Amino acid sequence: MSYVPNTDADRKKMLEVIGVSRFEDLLDAVPKEVRLQEPLKIPPPASELELFADLRKLSRQNVPVSVSNSFLGGGFYDHFTPAAADFIIRRPEFLTSYTPYQAEVAQGTLQIIYEFQSLICALTKMEAANASLYDGASAVAEAALMAAHATERKEILVTEGLNPNYLAVLETYVTGGAYQVRSIPLGPSGQIEPEMLKKAISEKTAALILQTPNFFGCLEEAKELEPIVHTVGAKFVAVFDPISLGMVTPPGEFNADIAVAEGQSLGVPISYGGPAVGLFAAKRELVRRMPGRIAARTTDAEGKIGYVLTLQTREQHIRREKATSNICTNQGLMATLSTVFMSLVGKQGLLQMARLSYAKAHYTAALLESKGFKRVYSAPFFKEFALELPVPASKVVSRLRKSNIVPGIDLGKYDKKRKNQLLIAVTEKKLRADIESLAEGMSFFRPQTGSGIAPERKLEAAGQV
Amino acid sequence: MNTIVEPTIFELSSPGRKGVSLPKTDVPEPERLPSQFERKGGLDWPEAAEIDVMRHFVRISVLNHHIEKGIYPLGSCTMKYNPKVNEQAARLPGFAEIHPEASEEDVQGALKLMHELAGFLAEIGGVDAVTLQPSAGAQGELVGLLLMRAHHGERKDRKRNQIIIPDSAHGTNPASVTTAGFETVQIASGSDGRVSLEKLKEALSERTAGMMLTNPNTLGLFERNILDICRFVHEAGGLMYMDGANLNALMGIVKPGDLGFDIVHFNLHKTFSTPHGGGGPGAGAVGVKKFLEPYLPNPRVEKIDKKGKDWYRFTESKKSIGRVHSAFGNFGVLVRAYTYIRTLGAEGLSEVSENAILNANYLFARIKDYYDVPYPGFCQHEFVLSGNRQKAKGVRTMDIAKRLLDFGVHAPTAYFPLIVPEALMIEPTETESRESVDYLADAFIQIAKEAETDPEKVKKAPHTTPVGRLDEVKAARDLDIAFHK
Repeated sequence: MSYVPNTDADRKKMLEVIGVSRFEDLLDAVPKEVRLQEPLKIPPPASELELFADLRKLSRQNVPVSVSNSFLGGGFYDHFTPAAADFIIRRPEFLTSYTPYQAEVAQGTLQIIYEFQSLICALTKMEAANASLYDGASAVAEAALMAAHATERKEILVTEGLNPNYLAVLETYVTGGAYQVRSIPLGPSGQIEPEMLKKAISEKTAALILQTPNFFGCLEEAKELEPIVHTVGAKFVAVFDPISLGMVTPPGEFNADIAVAEGQSLGVPISYGGPAVGLFAAKRELVRRMPGRIAARTTDAEGKIGYVLTLQTREQHIRREKATSNICTNQGLMATLSTVFMSLVGKQGLLQMARLSYAKAHYTAALLESKGFKRVYSAPFFKEFALELPVPASKVVSRLRKSNIVPGIDLGKYDKKRKNQLLIAVTEKKLRADIESLAEGMSFFRPQTGSGIAPERKLEAAGQV
Repeated sequence: MNTIVEPTIFELSSPGRKGVSLPKTDVPEPERLPSQFERKGGLDWPEAAEIDVMRHFVRISVLNHHIEKGIYPLGSCTMKYNPKVNEQAARLPGFAEIHPEASEEDVQGALKLMHELAGFLAEIGGVDAVTLQPSAGAQGELVGLLLMRAHHGERKDRKRNQIIIPDSAHGTNPASVTTAGFETVQIASGSDGRVSLEKLKEALSERTAGMMLTNPNTLGLFERNILDICRFVHEAGGLMYMDGANLNALMGIVKPGDLGFDIVHFNLHKTFSTPHGGGGPGAGAVGVKKFLEPYLPNPRVEKIDKKGKDWYRFTESKKSIGRVHSAFGNFGVLVRAYTYIRTLGAEGLSEVSENAILNANYLFARIKDYYDVPYPGFCQHEFVLSGNRQKAKGVRTMDIAKRLLDFGVHAPTAYFPLIVPEALMIEPTETESRESVDYLADAFIQIAKEAETDPEKVKKAPHTTPVGRLDEVKAARDLDIAFHK
């Protein structure tokens, strides 16, 4: 099956019209010595029936978050998605259309982008948003480059609380240019301390990239940090959690210049981390430096309201090497999905999702604390927190897997010094019973005080690890 | 008076309406968030019932053209039919609901799929190793350039900071060059629309880091001197990068690696049939020859033998240029590409390329007498015409493009590549039947005739679309990019 409708009879007629006798004649520019003599080494074609059975089998070798009792987060979250959202993106009008280069036959896509931008501006209280970037990480990297260009400075300050995957991508992006990335450690509470920031920041700094809630779940004192950043003339880049903004201070309220995020929580399936959707918003004064596509409302010759892509002179197809970024595509379908999500969830729904996540995460933390576990940090948190364990987190993860519980992320994966820390995310989808079974499973590892034996040794002695 | 086709979702809002039902809390109420962290101003999102939301988006959806409605001959964008089994596959819970932080043992199926897909792409591309991480072709370009930087860097050959690019290249190429911290050296195409070997030689120096080339190029022409081009660049110490946007003309016919390319990117969303979703997501896998493998982004998937069984795990290289994605790339797109390649097999892939080439040459043969032909001869899967003849009658290429919309087809890529005046870049793709190509050819012919007999009709087009030609100048000047009450 190749989805090619032309038959041999069609082909014959077409070659006649072209005026050649054989298909190979059309390849006269392809050097003969490199033309393939043998078929590609690819498995033979499979019928839809056989292939789908095969794919189903392959998919069953994976454990979906809906099947395990999962507390995984770290940037991708299992939040609620209303059923209606997927119905909309399955419509071929959205699924199989292209970038809206011909506005007159792309008003659906363009209006959705405009509404997406409007919803993101309302969410973040920022003045301008684009039509999405690839993911949270590329949004952070593009924000850093944009701040560097706007300030004509080379130093990017990040915090230890920045998602390590975002930091890794940022570092890849800046290896080409002459930029430096410097990191500020978190204080004992799990937050950036104003004094530490004052010491680290200078008139060489292009931007502070502050994630709040940070990777370890702690809310940062963004309002206190903001004047320090702006005093030296740097840009304040805030990395936010979109669901948190139902109840948490949005970046616009603490005067961020650029606000970026991973938008997956807004209705996009986790899908092993991609496709996701990068959210990107900024102050109005920066709009001409923003990467990516932007849709605008305008009118046609008769005064009818319509939408077009605008400010395209920033983009690579016009400015080429002088473009604001090399980004040419956006995450159109994912932006559509999140637009429908935001429209359905609405003003009250997001607040409820945020409050439920907050309540359940705090219940989880309290329950674990009652069993003697300690949070790594004391700062206020939203829906995710790091837990100190008496044994390596990897052991907890592999033991709880046997009870179909995925307790969280082993932070030792990102930092060896954190091998005894577990990052636990709790969304509104978790039921009290799910949380209690996590706490039950974790009880096995509860810290034991005063015995004089390290808990790990004791477990090993009992042959249980 | 302004008339509105469909108001925004904000204007459809009515206080108190709900589109979702969320559960009551089943846990005790926590302490309140300290006040400095609380959102103060409320959230200005719409309030609408599910039916309001569904009707709103269905009503605006029908204003779109899409591949299932009619032909979409956008040159270089490759708008081919998107098989539905791909969608069904990507939505299997074992693919759509897995978390990137899951343990290796919980994602063996996903890792196997990624490993096999990388293998298929390596075979198609004639390369030794593939990363699936880049989210789009342009991110693949950036990766390719950073690989060049890493390669020259390791050889302490740091003065190599120039990338040669033909003037027919996609705009993303020079933009990626800048992002990667290199300098673009643009060379003019020869009179046959291909790279001029003389101009290439002049541009090469000890500062050449590499060359980015689209093959077939954006004029739809195969670079017939490609073996010499690669040899010259290699002799000068540079690397060859193939922009794989047009790979759907080569599958099973030649392998880019065999032509001499060191790096090639694959637009999975073009060549391997993922729907474009109104602009994305895409995926831009990058393949390389062996010597560049250590620099590929981390992590990659490898297959090992674990107690006699195949086992898939992530592996990292110390020399890697680093990560380019929060997770492992656009996995959902990878599932679709994998499904497509498995459905087609080797023979299906060759059939795709052959029919893409056949359809393009057939369409070209049918309409070439009605428009100016800047580069005669056989094309690959797309070709470029010029609307210069019509311009003389006051009809611009943009008018021709807009008039095509009235025929229920999408317009071709207009005004690109930049080296052809009044360019129309046309790619029918292999999934169009002879009849639908004929329909498009007839439309092109009729418009060419109208430009002679009734130019006003073309200049005022489109006549049948939901809105007429939109004021782009006003859009940029008044800049309304977010709804305000």
